[in-house]
Amino acid sequence: MMMVFGVPAPLLFGQLLLGLINGAFYALLSLGLAIIFGLLGIINFAHGALFMMGAFVAWMLLNYLGIGYWPALILAPVIVGAFGLLLERTVIRRLYGLDHLYGLLLTFGLALVIEGLFRNEYGSSGLPYQIPPQLQGATNLGFMFMPNYRGWVVFVALVVCLATWLLIDKTPLGARLRAATENAALVQAFGVNVPRLVSLTYAGGVALAAFAGVLAAPIDSVNPNMGTYFINVVFAVVVIGGMGSIIGSIITGFGLGVVEGLTKVFYPQASSTVIFLVMVIVLLVRPAGLFGKAA
Amino acid sequence: MPALLDIRDLHAGYGAGEVLHGIALSVESGGVTALLGANGAGKTTTLRAICGMLPRSGEISFDGARIDAATTEAIARSGIAHVPDGRGTFLDLTVEENMRLGAYIRRDRGVAADIARFCALFPVLGARFHQQAGTLSGGEQQMLAIARALLSRPRLLLLDEPSFGLAPLIVQQLFATLAQIRAESGIGILLVEQNAGLALDFADHACILEAGRIALAGTAAALAADAQVRRVYLGY
Repeated sequence: MMMVFGVPAPLLFGQLLLGLINGAFYALLSLGLAIIFGLLGIINFAHGALFMMGAFVAWMLLNYLGIGYWPALILAPVIVGAFGLLLERTVIRRLYGLDHLYGLLLTFGLALVIEGLFRNEYGSSGLPYQIPPQLQGATNLGFMFMPNYRGWVVFVALVVCLATWLLIDKTPLGARLRAATENAALVQAFGVNVPRLVSLTYAGGVALAAFAGVLAAPIDSVNPNMGTYFINVVFAVVVIGGMGSIIGSIITGFGLGVVEGLTKVFYPQASSTVIFLVMVIVLLVRPAGLFGKAA
Repeated sequence: MPALLDIRDLHAGYGAGEVLHGIALSVESGGVTALLGANGAGKTTTLRAICGMLPRSGEISFDGARIDAATTEAIARSGIAHVPDGRGTFLDLTVEENMRLGAYIRRDRGVAADIARFCALFPVLGARFHQQAGTLSGGEQQMLAIARALLSRPRLLLLDEPSFGLAPLIVQQLFATLAQIRAESGIGILLVEQNAGLALDFADHACILEAGRIALAGTAAALAADAQVRRVYLGY
């Protein structure tokens, strides 16, 4: 058997792939959080619950309406994004201008309510969701067998992250969003409907979380607690990358997934704490985060 | 002929503190009105109140229509552009993106030509077109703020301290350019300026704001000749 750094190659590459997959979810979730925080100043603690809703909506579409994985990949983010729009218009909007803590408390409460409702209705043992037939099986890469679905997740997450970054960095809509992040009142003085921009931004960030939820549905079971597992780590990712930095959250998300995967190979005992260790070190050395600007 | 901008009994402020206690002023179509006064008199507050950026009460008419209950966005769309206090450069945006944001409300095809025109008028903006606006010097940012405001093709320009922090030579160039723009486009200007001599040279009419009230108003020439104005604001 081929060995790399004294570790069997399949084990190393297998964990590296798992790390990339976790990293894909970290990146998609922290990207949405970063966009929302940048414009709204809201630390969206409901993000994990909305991720979970994405998976559940995909499950419901399949089991109640017979709509499969591929349409759900578009439909579930649209449906959950519309729910996010409703949340922003009805409750979150009331907190603008107040301390960040209020937004955090409200969205944390919303997360508890949403998760509680789903647990009440569907239990917490988890519901199965099949990998679509086109992506079943595995591919022999020579040095390891890669399950096709996992390769797909890494690929599509990367594409969606880069597309989001391009949208924000290179388009007129993105320029308005960045300008409103700097000075919302002044953007309004150029005729931009800032409240609508804010609503759509929240809905967009939520849709990214729901998209990640659909991607996650065939990997684990669809479970009301599936968001809670990710969200703690994702907040650490956001802190490490720098609050509000778009490209920072993408790179940090994938990077920390890989770091976590490698830790599982070389020092498994630390694999669940390594991200928080990195967070502590980054906060000590660069309090604004790796890609954040000092205030 | 009715004035382009007509303000009567305008009250405005920040939260509980009222800054403007019922002011009146007007800008003629194609004319320049200068708003002078000490720091804290309420000059910037007046411009922000016109734009709807602050809670306000009273009567503001623009081109015959009341705008005192309109949103900031609607006021911008009606043809009022703002060069804000401190220039309001979007530092993370490129020079081009700043300029295009200024033209956001326009749906015509002339935006690219107008951007090219302002790049010719302010060559430094053309030279740094794709750079982040945060890398521009203060004077360059002032030029960008003026070009950005004019790119909406406004009928009224609100100018807040365009000379602030600029070298005297740059200020001269800037006002020469403003005079040229005014002659070409015939827009009205409400000018807030610390440099009273400069403002009175440039304006047709002027008002002096003291602690949120209009203390004195008249033609720029009359105010420039007023003994008290000369002593307090012009220093001779």
